[in-house]
Amino acid sequence: MWARTVRLGLRARLGGCRGFTFKVDPQEAEQAPSVTHASGLAPQGTGQVTAELIEHLERLALVDFGGREAVARLEKAIAFADRLRGVDTDGVEPMESVLEDRCLYLRSDNVTEGNCAEELLQNSHRVVEEYFVAPPGMCYPEWLNKVTRELGN
Amino acid sequence: MPAVVVDLFSLLSPSPCGGRPNTKTMLGRTLREVSAGLKQGQITPTELCQKCLSMIKKTKFLNAYITVTEEEALKQAEESEKRYAKGQPLGDLDGIPVAIKDNFSTSAIETTCGSNMLKGYVPPYNATVVQKLFDQGALLMGKTNLDEFAMGSGSTDGVFGPVKNPWSYSKQYREKRKQKPHGENEDSDWLITGGSSGGSAAAVSAFTCFAALGSDTGGSTRNPAAQCGLVGVKPSYGLVSRHGLIPLVNSMDVPGILTRCVDDAAVVLGVLAGHDPKDSTTIQDPVKPFLLPSLTDVSKLCIGIPKEYLVPELSSEVQSLWTKAADLFESRGAKVIEVSLPHTSYSIVCYHVLCTSEVASNMARFDGLEYGHRCDIDVSTEAMYAATRREGFNDVVRGRILSGNFFLLKENYETYFIKAQKVRRLIANDFVNVFNSGVDVLLTPTTLSEAVPYLEFIKEDNRTRSAQDDIFTQAVNMAGPTGDSQIRSPNQSHRMPCSSSAFPASPSQQPPIRAPLKPSLFSHCKAFPLLCLLLSLCQMQVIAVDSLATANSINSLCFSSFG
Repeated sequence: MWARTVRLGLRARLGGCRGFTFKVDPQEAEQAPSVTHASGLAPQGTGQVTAELIEHLERLALVDFGGREAVARLEKAIAFADRLRGVDTDGVEPMESVLEDRCLYLRSDNVTEGNCAEELLQNSHRVVEEYFVAPPGMCYPEWLNKVTRELGN
Repeated sequence: MPAVVVDLFSLLSPSPCGGRPNTKTMLGRTLREVSAGLKQGQITPTELCQKCLSMIKKTKFLNAYITVTEEEALKQAEESEKRYAKGQPLGDLDGIPVAIKDNFSTSAIETTCGSNMLKGYVPPYNATVVQKLFDQGALLMGKTNLDEFAMGSGSTDGVFGPVKNPWSYSKQYREKRKQKPHGENEDSDWLITGGSSGGSAAAVSAFTCFAALGSDTGGSTRNPAAQCGLVGVKPSYGLVSRHGLIPLVNSMDVPGILTRCVDDAAVVLGVLAGHDPKDSTTIQDPVKPFLLPSLTDVSKLCIGIPKEYLVPELSSEVQSLWTKAADLFESRGAKVIEVSLPHTSYSIVCYHVLCTSEVASNMARFDGLEYGHRCDIDVSTEAMYAATRREGFNDVVRGRILSGNFFLLKENYETYFIKAQKVRRLIANDFVNVFNSGVDVLLTPTTLSEAVPYLEFIKEDNRTRSAQDDIFTQAVNMAGPTGDSQIRSPNQSHRMPCSSSAFPASPSQQPPIRAPLKPSLFSHCKAFPLLCLLLSLCQMQVIAVDSLATANSINSLCFSSFG
């Protein structure tokens, strides 16, 4: 449902010249759970990327694949990463940072700079007074349905 | 036109040992020599600045610069001149032209990261390393070209176009390719600079500045340094502040330094290193600038040659030069031994997973709301974000974000991300073990082969190329400091590995004949054609526990053929 709205929005903007190879059936999309537990989708070393996984990733990343090539690249990337399975890491702790043996530096809690709202607002395309302006979020299903229908026309 | 660069390298030969440098050859001098010249009034900062600006114009076809900051540079030069007139220069960098990679924030100067996402973005502050350079009086020539968001190993994937390797226009290369030096040449077989700091490398290599900042996440400073015939230094993680460096991989990024000789790199590192309260990942230990001795005894050095770096894909030329470099050290009394870094073959895979995962997280900040590109869609926040990111990022960036998100999925987190973090520890331990066994420095190639033509490079995609080209360099980014990180006296305060690719690479397969390829590079070496010949064909990487040890080892290689 959400994915379809995004695509319609994009298509409207881009003149409908882009199309996804993997189309989602609107019926299916409506019934799809809001958070997909894609446990069955993750490739188990096969490098297969399914349509559901693609949608899931696109939603999480807010970046679209854009075509078959990108999907193929992801499959190659996964196959490449699968080589790690050959390493024996029993009893090895994960390493997050090379400076893990040190305490993170904390400076004293004094205000030393700031008060530069005007400067920061200058970089934004849309501001109103001291606010960054964003389009409405996803909390209004009826409004969304209305917009979807309008875009579909 | 490319023809003008053909004469460049011979034009800028340094005057003979002991001779007075004149303004004509100033561009070919070392930083300290130019600084001395400025102090003595042999040249003024404005004249030097004008020379570099004129060189930038002549070499525009290289596409090394995204933004040339002519006005700012001349203003800075004027101020520098006032200081010299009073006899109060700020230091060795006062009045010295430098260039900065376009992923460092520069106040009031456009910073694009080579991407549509940040085209037109003007930061309101200077990155700490930029500020440090300015505080020392350096002149900013401009912001240099790069792969988009520093993702790539060729400097071919930025929105401002690819960067050309100045060596593509050297006499040797053109003769090798049997090209006509004048007339309509197709210019179709120009060489890449390597990446992602290719613009910085081309800028230094083409004598448009004396030093340039790059960034190094998986080799992005050392790779172009090797392919453009420069010294490239990746300081240890935590030694140099990342505040203001638009992040790629927070746990591996480091600002890098590109110069034409080792001493220059030491000068710049001395200025940049040190704790920054604005970057909590910088170490707090005191760092003092160091002076490289003019002659180093290598007989006490133990050089390690990691056997796993001898891969089938290594070109025979690089392999033979690796052997020659090792033999050179040995002939001067150093102990050269074979060592093992057993997890080397997994290192690039581990890097690939960790890099894409951190990238996925870091790129999330680009949503069009507070800065950067914003699309026209106003349907909903998510639609706006998605379209903005579609328009702002290229395929490479989007591909890495998607891969990263895949590895970070709940069901994949353990199998890929945590696994990669564990492998990272194994790789870091490999380095710890080697350095604890008495080895002072490791000597390895930087790249698999010399610089390749652009048309050949683009036959494979960015991910494949990065996996190939980063193979020798990324392990050090993951290992950072070795286990022995106790801080002793201030003199030994930086006991962490840093890696420098020290030696220039000649794109030509033919060994140059009488004159050294890069006469300006080894001003300490004066006239040693054989040594220069060897070094100018090498593209080696030296990894050490200690920044000073690295610099000393490389410097000593320059001297090891003194009779």
